[in-house]
Amino acid sequence: MNRLALSLGCIIAAAAVAMADGQTETVEDTYRLYCVQCHGTAGTGQGINQTAGGLAVSARDHTNSVEMSKLTDEEIRRAIAKGGDAVQKSELMPPWEGVLSAKEIGDLVALTRKLCKCVAAK
Amino acid sequence: MARSRILNAAAGGLFLATAVVGEAAALDGKAVFAEKCASCHNITGPASTTFHGVLQRKAPDLFYAGSKFQREWLVRWLQSPSRIRPSGTMFLNHLVTEDGKDRIDEGAVKPCASRLSAAESEAVADYLMTHRDAKMRAGVVDRDKKFSTSRALQLFTKQYPCVGCHRVRVRDKETGGVSGPALTDASERLNPDWVYARIENPQYWDPKTWMPKIDLSHEKREILTLFLVSRK
Repeated sequence: MNRLALSLGCIIAAAAVAMADGQTETVEDTYRLYCVQCHGTAGTGQGINQTAGGLAVSARDHTNSVEMSKLTDEEIRRAIAKGGDAVQKSELMPPWEGVLSAKEIGDLVALTRKLCKCVAAK
Repeated sequence: MARSRILNAAAGGLFLATAVVGEAAALDGKAVFAEKCASCHNITGPASTTFHGVLQRKAPDLFYAGSKFQREWLVRWLQSPSRIRPSGTMFLNHLVTEDGKDRIDEGAVKPCASRLSAAESEAVADYLMTHRDAKMRAGVVDRDKKFSTSRALQLFTKQYPCVGCHRVRVRDKETGGVSGPALTDASERLNPDWVYARIENPQYWDPKTWMPKIDLSHEKREILTLFLVSRK
């Protein structure tokens, strides 16, 4: 009985720590914090660094189903994790693996599929 | 006659200088900060660790201001605050989206509203300079070290994404993005060792910053730092 209470207590404490650490943040929050600055609120590639800064190479339009359907999920995952340079695209796309977990990157890949309303290239 | 006027003016100047120093000595920087700065700036740390916490940040954290800034710049800026971050402290709070395009709501981005007197600025700068990060290595960057501007530009604008978010001035021309602080006056504003440490690990300073952590050699971090702290 005491052991059960202790276990439950540990689980509740762990859940409380997880919430305090921001684990409840959604993939939309992650996209807003890191991606919107260049890809824009609507995901069209028209973020403020594009519209006010003027990027030498435009940020990708995640809503463009024609272009996005040419990419495999692995290519998108690699672009997010390793940066544009790793997939022969612009170095202006940073590598995010130093900041985002594998799960967060996987969730972002899935979010780009929602934005383009398209499926991955085979 | 002329000589006595000069003497009088000199005496007046001396009196004024003494008065300002006297006022500064009497001012408590901590108290001035509490009254005029603390409602927006976090001076105690730690930085917020959640997205929602960062959205609520009104002004940059200052609990490591003594590691980050140059005192003389603080004294000047506190008397006449200007905008450093083109899209505000947190860019998401100042966006307007029209036809799928984001723009900065310029009217919503305002420089700090507190303007301090010369004496208050001296006192607050002293107070801020006591807020140092205990772990930051000092003396890592020698700002007088020679470096190749063309190589620095290659790193800043081509090989790495820095220019995507930060404005710099290169040969009288401004270039760069707006989601990060402008670095056009970094030579006067920032401590070179802090610039190096910030590039090395942005999330150490701000766990939810939107600046990527990129693995760079010491040589590359050093040359980027030397380039930035020569911007004016």
